[in-house]
Amino acid sequence: MSNQAPLLELRNIKKDFFGNQVLEDINLTLREGEVLGLVGENGAGKSTLMKILFGMNEIRETGGYGGDILLGGEKVSFATPFEALEHGIGMVHQEFSLIPGFAATENILLNREPQKKSVLSEVFGERLNTLDRRAMGERAEKAIDKMGVHIDSDMIISDMPVGHKQFTEIARELSKEQLRLLILDEPTAVLTEQEAEALLESIRGMSARGIAVIFITHRLQEILNVCDTVAVMRDGRMVQSVPAKETNVQEITRWMVGRSVNTAQEDARPVPETRTILSIERLWVDMPGEIVRDVNLDVREGEILGIGGLAGQGKLGIPNGIMGLYDAGGKVTFDGQPIPLNSPRKCLDANLAFVSEDRRGVGLLLDESLEWNISFPAMQNQNKFLKPVLGGLVKWRDDAAIREVTQKYIEELQIRCTSSRQKAKELSGGNQQKVCLAKAFALNPKFLFVSEPTRGIDVGAKALVLKALKKFNRENGVTIVMISSELEELRQICDRIAIVSGGRIAGIRPATDSSEDFGALMVSQVV
Amino acid sequence: MSELNKTGAPAADKVREALREFGLPRLIIAAFLLLMFIIAPFTGTNLLSQITNVINRFSWNAVLVLAMVPMVHSGCGLNFGLPVGIIAGLLGATLSIEWGFSGPLSFLMAMLIATPFAIVFGLAYGWLLNKIKGGEMMIATYVGFSVVSFFCMMWLVLPYKKPDMAWGFEGTGLRTTFPIDKYYGGVLSNFLRIQIGKLVIPTGALLFFALLAFLIWAFLHTKTGTAMTAVGSNPVFARAAGIDVDKIRMLSVVMSTWLAAIGILVYEQGFGFVQLYNAPFNMALPAVSAILIGGATANKASITNVVIGTILFQGIVTMTPTVMNGLINLDISEVLRMVVSNGMILYALTRKTEATR
Amino acid sequence: MNSNKTSGQKLLGFLAANSVPIMFILIIALCIPVVGFSPTFLLNEIVTRLSRNAFLILSLLIPIMAGMGLNFGMTLGAMAAEIALIFTSDWQIWGIPGIVLAMILSIPISAALGVLCGRILNAARGREMITSYIISFFMNGVYQLVVLYMMGSIIPIIHNNIKLPRGYGVRSSVDLTRIRKCLDNLVAVNIAGVRIPVLTILIIVAMCLVIVWFRRTKLGQDMRAVGQDMEVARAAGIDVERTRLISIVISTVLAGIGMVIYLQNMGDMATYSSHSQIGMFCIAALLVGGASVDKASIGNVFLGVILFHTMFILAPSAGAKITGNEVIGEYFRVFVSYGVITVALIMYETKKRREKAGIGQQLAAAQKEEGK
Repeated sequence: MSNQAPLLELRNIKKDFFGNQVLEDINLTLREGEVLGLVGENGAGKSTLMKILFGMNEIRETGGYGGDILLGGEKVSFATPFEALEHGIGMVHQEFSLIPGFAATENILLNREPQKKSVLSEVFGERLNTLDRRAMGERAEKAIDKMGVHIDSDMIISDMPVGHKQFTEIARELSKEQLRLLILDEPTAVLTEQEAEALLESIRGMSARGIAVIFITHRLQEILNVCDTVAVMRDGRMVQSVPAKETNVQEITRWMVGRSVNTAQEDARPVPETRTILSIERLWVDMPGEIVRDVNLDVREGEILGIGGLAGQGKLGIPNGIMGLYDAGGKVTFDGQPIPLNSPRKCLDANLAFVSEDRRGVGLLLDESLEWNISFPAMQNQNKFLKPVLGGLVKWRDDAAIREVTQKYIEELQIRCTSSRQKAKELSGGNQQKVCLAKAFALNPKFLFVSEPTRGIDVGAKALVLKALKKFNRENGVTIVMISSELEELRQICDRIAIVSGGRIAGIRPATDSSEDFGALMVSQVV
Repeated sequence: MSELNKTGAPAADKVREALREFGLPRLIIAAFLLLMFIIAPFTGTNLLSQITNVINRFSWNAVLVLAMVPMVHSGCGLNFGLPVGIIAGLLGATLSIEWGFSGPLSFLMAMLIATPFAIVFGLAYGWLLNKIKGGEMMIATYVGFSVVSFFCMMWLVLPYKKPDMAWGFEGTGLRTTFPIDKYYGGVLSNFLRIQIGKLVIPTGALLFFALLAFLIWAFLHTKTGTAMTAVGSNPVFARAAGIDVDKIRMLSVVMSTWLAAIGILVYEQGFGFVQLYNAPFNMALPAVSAILIGGATANKASITNVVIGTILFQGIVTMTPTVMNGLINLDISEVLRMVVSNGMILYALTRKTEATR
Repeated sequence: MNSNKTSGQKLLGFLAANSVPIMFILIIALCIPVVGFSPTFLLNEIVTRLSRNAFLILSLLIPIMAGMGLNFGMTLGAMAAEIALIFTSDWQIWGIPGIVLAMILSIPISAALGVLCGRILNAARGREMITSYIISFFMNGVYQLVVLYMMGSIIPIIHNNIKLPRGYGVRSSVDLTRIRKCLDNLVAVNIAGVRIPVLTILIIVAMCLVIVWFRRTKLGQDMRAVGQDMEVARAAGIDVERTRLISIVISTVLAGIGMVIYLQNMGDMATYSSHSQIGMFCIAALLVGGASVDKASIGNVFLGVILFHTMFILAPSAGAKITGNEVIGEYFRVFVSYGVITVALIMYETKKRREKAGIGQQLAAAQKEEGK
């Protein structure tokens, strides 16, 4: 090819969050008009890499990054997204960044509106320029034309179908004359099949105009259809970068989930062939971002069942729906008894317990002591830790009993704290997670949902949490359903693993099956 | 506080931390009050009678401030709707007198009659607040105002006949203010009253407050009380732990409303008059700022906050005018009260920690 | 999406959306025959009050546009106007020059107060209304400190008819007879016994045009964007805090000018209470006109002034006729003012919650369909 410097070149990009290495030695080049498909499991580092490229604040706030970014052969470092924009980098995020009450035109040109001067604006400054509505309309139409997908430029965003909102965002980036590189972060997730097809067509159009595109998606077929190059990330490293023509979905999947060493558990036991203790039929859950559609699943008594899958596919919705935290419908039977949905209390009464993935939001009373956090559900639902006063007329908190049980769990789970009366918010993430586990253990449940128990905690705490769960299962015979986005972690402690894709169960397999098999399931029905 | 000692932080840091926790405005107010007490003797005001004054005002107002506690605990925010409960109390007061009770019995009956009103009002008010979670404070303010202005009409229209409180012969409604010496004026304050020279202690009223405060304190130690604190601390956590959040909030509103009803009766027995019509309008803000001065935040309040806050607030209100008068012959008590109390509320509203509730 | 509604549904939707104005029209329709005022008297009163209040109420529109809700802090502008009028009265500048000077003097004071108010509101994001409400009380205290204690002692006041007998502080009432209705009467016409203050009304119309124009400016567009979604606006590079601050400053300054217009019509100023209720009555009038916490138009202002003040005129007499007690009508109109604000606030909060729940319900229904 030509000797011209590539449009974008990343050299040895490194990033750590407080000592936790999330990106290592990322190298990447991108020519003008090239379409790059970027794939990888959640947590592989795709978003972090894009945030670095786009100059997001959180990167700087967490200590910056290592390595160099070269744009057109020149070294750049963006302090804010606005600088990235000035250099011709545009990004369409997963969350819509649109003003709901504005028309498409107004959003496309938000804060970049063509203006007309007037007498008053000469006196009071530019912000009193009037908007040039006609020029706005023209520029918006031009951007829409460039995109190649037609949307109504006068339509109010809140009246639009989701697909059109996505296209409005893309048109906004295209309306910037200087645009040279467009990053699309899972743009097809919200699109219908036809719309997705139209988007791919429009990407080809952009490429023909010389705009380079980085296209992030879980739909691998789309990558093969539209991209020139496929780059695969895993565990913070760029593991493969090949021309799209030379590969296929199976191969990409293997790169995505493959591990050099097999981490499956050494002490794997045969999958328990016991009776079904929890049966889920036709479950739907309305958890924003984790929608569950028509899930059927049987859990066997005494097993550890893993639920895996990519983010946003609905795996988190399953426990949250059953435990009544989000609107749900369908039929759930536990131990032969139907469990009414949308009622956390009924689930707890039936001896189910739940450790939420949202530690700070749902899992903890941040402003209260460890004692309160650990004893609260057991006190409220099972009348534990109460003592009669005035001859049983009223019952008071039994602070001594509460301290005793808290102390027990502090030792058992090695919670690092100054005392059992320390406030939960003062603990580290790992120790907060242990408190959440202790809270569930204190209920003496027959059945335990654990959602993302290792998210955002350090390696040592991770191992401890997993060990505690396994021990709880083995010694007390408690059935555990563990939800995690980390497949390897599920394979370490589970007997069977169900994979959720597109809000449905894509398949259930013994944990000893190969990573590639699970990887294929993960992307099978992605929406 | 006790953990602080165990962290082994240097003493200076600990002091700084404690000061930060305490808050600058509180510190200024406490220091200002202390200064007042020091200056007082030099301005020719009698310190003992000043202290008597503060204690007296404390005994009138403390229950109204206590009425903030349950709602703050359940996360309903500062109870700007205090007038709702006050109206229930006023209904109890006027009906008790109308029906011919007198002396201590009239106080008891006023409390008894006010109770069902407080419960009904509290239920309706709580139901409304559950519908508009997140916007409680503004709506509570205006619900309070609406109820007070509605009762302005009711005091005129309701067929009260007792000449001690009604206007003239035609029976066209109640008077704006009437004395209650014949009824329950001083009924608590004079009970077991202690007088040492110029120092007078209204033992009965203090005991009555102590009793109510103890009941609230005890309630917060029960299972339901614990649940209430948890609901205020993190409603999602409470729901996940099987708590009916709306029911707990409702209960807290009923409790606050009832305490406000009792609080106004206690206030009246100390003050010696019943004030109707527009008077309840101005009751909420002083109580809100008193508990904030005492160290409470929008979702945490304790009995200690009530006691400290009421003493500081009433201290400022009673001490300043006399001292200022003695010093520069200037009475700026009203202005000072307005600036201090509303400034304190503003401070609380703009603090980041509380904005992210 | 909306096209397939039947006309019946449309009518119901219209009635529900305009329930407050409709209720007021009904109350007024019931009261008019009971009271028996002559149409000329009623019209005269309405025109007077329209010219007196409309400008003040217009000052509320811009913070609503910027998503900051009902600006209870407009009282600050009223205080600024009163301070300005105290000075012009003391300097004995009367008539039109006095009015114009008062307006000009009020601007820097209200702008400074507006900056303060806007700063505080930016720190109390998400609870602007309660905060602006408390600010108005707080500043009332400061106002009293200045007017009651500093004027005449620190700030020079020349004339004794303005000072309290003790030698400092301003009397509880400032006589504005010599600027009374100067603006209203400068150009006025009589049509069928109804006196119309043409100039005042022209000023109000001009202000409306300015607001219409303002909406079309870059700043107006930014305010609407900030009002709808602060985060999106920030991501697009709009300076959110500054935009919000400007909206409050504009509102406070307009309120100050509006208050001068209001007081020249009254011809008398209650130094310590004129401003205290003005915010409440203006907000109530705007809401009666069909505005809500997040949406208000110029039409709402005029409909609101007319309906609210007609009720205000009628209520005491109607109350007297019905119950034989005039005071009850006065209490009634206060009750209605508070009641209207309460209802509007409740509707706003429930709407916010319903919108949130609505998204969830749609999704659930779609999945239910699919599940079958």
